[in-house]
Amino acid sequence: MQVPAPVEYERARSVEDALALLERRGPEARLLAGGHSLLPMMKLRLARPQVLIDVNELSDLAYIRVEGGDLRIGAMARHRDLLESPVAWEHFPIMREAETVIADPLVRNRGTVGGSLCQADPNEDLSAVFAALKAQAVIRSTSESRVVSMDQFHQGPYTTAVGPAEMLVELRVPIRPGSGSAYEKVERRVGDWPVGAAGAFLRLDAGRVAEAGIGLAAVGAEHFRVPAAEESLVGEEPVEEAFTEAGRLAAEGCHPVTDQRGPADYKRHLAYELTRRALRRAAARARGEGDQPCR
Amino acid sequence: MTTAEAPPANPVGFGRMTRKEDARFVRGKGTYVDDVVLPGMLHGAVLRSNLAHARIVSMDTSAAEAHPKVKAVITGKTLEGLKLAWMPSLSHDVVPVLATDKVRYQGQEVAFVVAEDRYSARDALELIEVDYEPLPPVMDAREALSPGSAVIRDDIEGKADNHIFDWEAGDRSATDQVFERAEVVVTQDMLYPRVHPAPMETCGAVAHMDKVSGKLTIWCTTQAPHAHRTLYALVAGLPEHKIRVISPDIGGGFGNKVGIYPGYVLAVVGSILTGAPVKWTEDRSENLMSTSFARDYHMHGEIASTRDGRITGLRVKVLADHGAFNNTAQPSKFPAGFFHVFTGSYDLEAAHCEVTGVYTNKAPGGVAYACSFRVTEAVYLVERMVDCLADELGMDPAELRLKNLLRPEQFPYMSKTGWEYDSGDYPRALRLAMDIAGYEQLRAEQERRRRAPAPQGAPAPLMGIGVSFFTETVGAGPRKHMDILGLGMADGAEVRVHPTGKAVVRLSVQTQGQGHETTFAQIVAEQLGIPPEDIEVVHGDTDNTPFGLGTYGSRSTPVSGAAVAVAARRVRDKARLIASAMLEVDPDDLEWEKGRWFVRGNPTSARTIQEIALAAHGPLELPEGVEGHLDAQCVYDPPNLTYPYGAYICVVDVDPGTGVVKVRRFVAVDDCGPRINPMIVEGQVHGGLADGLGMALMQVIAFDTDGNCLGGSFMDYLLPTSMECPSWELGETVTPSPHHPLGCKGVGESATVGSPAAVVNAVMDAIGVRHADMPLTPAQVWRAMQGRPLRTDLALA
Ligand SMILES: Cc1cc2nc3c(=O)[nH]c(=O)nc-3n(C[C@H](O)[C@H](O)[C@H](O)COP(=O)(O)OP(=O)(O)OC[C@H]3O[C@@H](n4cnc5c(N)ncnc54)[C@H](O)[C@@H]3O)c2cc1C
Repeated sequence: MQVPAPVEYERARSVEDALALLERRGPEARLLAGGHSLLPMMKLRLARPQVLIDVNELSDLAYIRVEGGDLRIGAMARHRDLLESPVAWEHFPIMREAETVIADPLVRNRGTVGGSLCQADPNEDLSAVFAALKAQAVIRSTSESRVVSMDQFHQGPYTTAVGPAEMLVELRVPIRPGSGSAYEKVERRVGDWPVGAAGAFLRLDAGRVAEAGIGLAAVGAEHFRVPAAEESLVGEEPVEEAFTEAGRLAAEGCHPVTDQRGPADYKRHLAYELTRRALRRAAARARGEGDQPCR
Repeated sequence: MTTAEAPPANPVGFGRMTRKEDARFVRGKGTYVDDVVLPGMLHGAVLRSNLAHARIVSMDTSAAEAHPKVKAVITGKTLEGLKLAWMPSLSHDVVPVLATDKVRYQGQEVAFVVAEDRYSARDALELIEVDYEPLPPVMDAREALSPGSAVIRDDIEGKADNHIFDWEAGDRSATDQVFERAEVVVTQDMLYPRVHPAPMETCGAVAHMDKVSGKLTIWCTTQAPHAHRTLYALVAGLPEHKIRVISPDIGGGFGNKVGIYPGYVLAVVGSILTGAPVKWTEDRSENLMSTSFARDYHMHGEIASTRDGRITGLRVKVLADHGAFNNTAQPSKFPAGFFHVFTGSYDLEAAHCEVTGVYTNKAPGGVAYACSFRVTEAVYLVERMVDCLADELGMDPAELRLKNLLRPEQFPYMSKTGWEYDSGDYPRALRLAMDIAGYEQLRAEQERRRRAPAPQGAPAPLMGIGVSFFTETVGAGPRKHMDILGLGMADGAEVRVHPTGKAVVRLSVQTQGQGHETTFAQIVAEQLGIPPEDIEVVHGDTDNTPFGLGTYGSRSTPVSGAAVAVAARRVRDKARLIASAMLEVDPDDLEWEKGRWFVRGNPTSARTIQEIALAAHGPLELPEGVEGHLDAQCVYDPPNLTYPYGAYICVVDVDPGTGVVKVRRFVAVDDCGPRINPMIVEGQVHGGLADGLGMALMQVIAFDTDGNCLGGSFMDYLLPTSMECPSWELGETVTPSPHHPLGCKGVGESATVGSPAAVVNAVMDAIGVRHADMPLTPAQVWRAMQGRPLRTDLALA
């Protein structure tokens, strides 16, 4: 049994309560969501918060719904909620595709969307998904509520725009007709973190790409994105040559590091190959072909 | 309305039945070491080195000692005072219980804290200050013997290098001649990387020294309770009759729980010093980083053949990485285990192998993980070499094997390296596997796919078919050749029938999940006709069982199974004499039918084993020389090893764009002689196949050049799940061992031994590459396809 360092525990009854506790207990306090990133680090004593503020009672933050032209996902929605959400699947098949390859059912039952994003692990699949979708994050403190883009949200490995006395409460993804999305991941084994992963979002207009989003996980892409690859697609026909060029730019635009999951050259190759594959399937979906969300 | 189907009645003897022990396991009612709770029990935690190689300059434990809940802090110095700082290894080396002079691998034990609870013990570890002087770590086995290399074992007087042993087997000059004459020679370097058994239950112990009786009781995760007791007696100087080792339910062993770990000894010392029982349970990372690993064999193979594919010779040089201390568990005479069975299943003219063992700054161990004393490495080598040869000759690998397999009439077969294979019909097993797989159709499908035009978009998967044939060498072993630290590898058993006809069988071996409580009851049932549910199997407690060397190397059925069968037959013979007195006939006029003795020609005149048991305990006047009661014992010294074998075929699909391997099918034909409980045998095969697939595709304990272990958690050390495993397709042939009382050969490790080569052969077949080292992760497969395979044991900076 791995034993964490001594820690205090508080239970938040509401968002306001959680924010007040954060403010009161200072920067050594941590929110405890699903605990699937935080607790393993505490057991290894890599993380030593003084106090945990458990937000698992905040079930009013566990929603996934359409509102104001956006898909809105509460920070406490569990991986499993997103996996099984018909409305998420309908608008963004990339979400279910990513969720089926995140961890295992045990982790997905507890781990949250908010926790995943706030952890900001460079390997986090959902970070790549929301980056590809150009989502927005709603961050609250006792005094204000602000909305930031994904680029602003992700500030680097394990760092986000969420301040010590703040909390991520919601993600907003604009719903765009004529679009398609897909996720591709290579893992060494089911339930493993990605060796490399790519998510793609395409909106087509009159047979050409009107909007493109590419999110990459685990390959050292800044803000999980490769803007040059995205830009190369806009105005192009969604054909093999365009995907290959975007894949090439994606590989060029990332900075993978060698580790036990694979050497840098392989990860760079995955950025290329998986970007192409995700784009291909996203385009098919946008055209109304292939594996479509069931209604 | 539906009615539940009644479960089939248990066989009275061999046959399928659900496991007797499962009732408690599926209810969560097992008792593992960590479930043992004693009044006043304290908890221990081990401080481990974070460096792979460093001198201990000083250590300050005062802050830890001042912790209000800490009862004792034990260091190497404490142990030196007790003459317990070092203990003998299982291979005639020494191992530190706690480091005194240097630390020699990351994760080595440095201090032990005993506290009122587990949390405080762990917290107090952080209060110990150790001042280390870092030394250059030796992480690359291939550089360990270089003149400039740091000397790891300066504790050994006069030691000036990292060399452990040189060992050879076979006929060198005959082999050289075969190679000189050979029409074709293929050479290949290959690494069987370091892997770890990772049993579900980590290692642990509860030690209780009763100061009044002077008796030490140790509940411990051990596969060999009797051997442990003797070793405690020898090392600590405690009288053996005052030591009781209890191995309760064990959550997996695979060789990981054969040796004595410092933690066990520390729990004992902790109990002696504090006067209270002390529990120590390691966590997952401690288990992966510090306990017995397996493999780590760097092999250079050469195979010789004629142009038409008759294999004539095999020559191998091995560099064996044993880590910082030589602590492999294997028979004394064989420093490389049974590696010299590397000629495998083939009829060659000559063979020779050389093995050099070296020290590196890695955890010690070596023979763990279902390897049958290094047969795994041997089988992997020969089965890969045969495939490399097939590639060179442009021959089908199955055809090449059929051409060279030993023929049934060659048994018993004396191998070129001195093994006497007991029995086998190898071509039959391979043909059966090919039939089940539909080998011809698979090759036709592969051809079709290779010719098909490339699809639009994502590339089509590459299909590969891999064959392996293995001969196992288990059931160690004949005591005149085999011992562990001087203890001969024979096993005792005792069978006792109670007055009411129920029975108890006491074993020297200990189950870690293999189902002994069922299998051994079935062995007795088969011999005596007593239903298995009426037979209690007692094991894992040195105060209640006869001496023996334990469960590993697939030896339980070959050795203890034989002991039990012989003891039960002795009971049957005794029952005959008692029945003759009961029936007032001559014993020679009695005939046995399962469960009863009857008068020849008059089958109604009979006595059942239950009636005989009652009479044996009653006033019946017994024949001359027959003592009362109905029991017998046996110490079984196996006349030879047993040689189970099998033919495996694996089909994979490789994504050429990503290197991802999907195992589509796996066919396993095993011959382990008669199957006592076919369901348990199949379970053993299923588990072993999953293990083998894991080693082939994902498992490795690698290190970086600074000495950090890169496989220290399940995030990095990957075990396969049901998602990676295909639905195993099993087949069997039955060729009894002529020298085993039941003909049984053992099966515990067969699938782990045989399967990795089949998977690797299939992947190489798919991608058209001659060789790449395991594990064949997506990255490794992709790099192999680029002609730049990775070195998998060492992360180069
Ligand atoms: C075995 C295993 C396998 C995994 N595999 C994958 C995988 O393949 N892909 C993948 O992407 N992920 C994987 N994960 C991570 C998983 O997705 C985690 O659930 C997730 O990273 C964290 O979510 P959580 O709710 O558990 O967060 P927690 O662990 O509770 O919290 C993580 C961090 O975020 C902070 N936090 C949480 N919620 C908020 C909030 N609303 N506002 C501000 N800060 C907050 C916490 O204080 C903490 O610092 C795996 C995890 C495990 C254990």
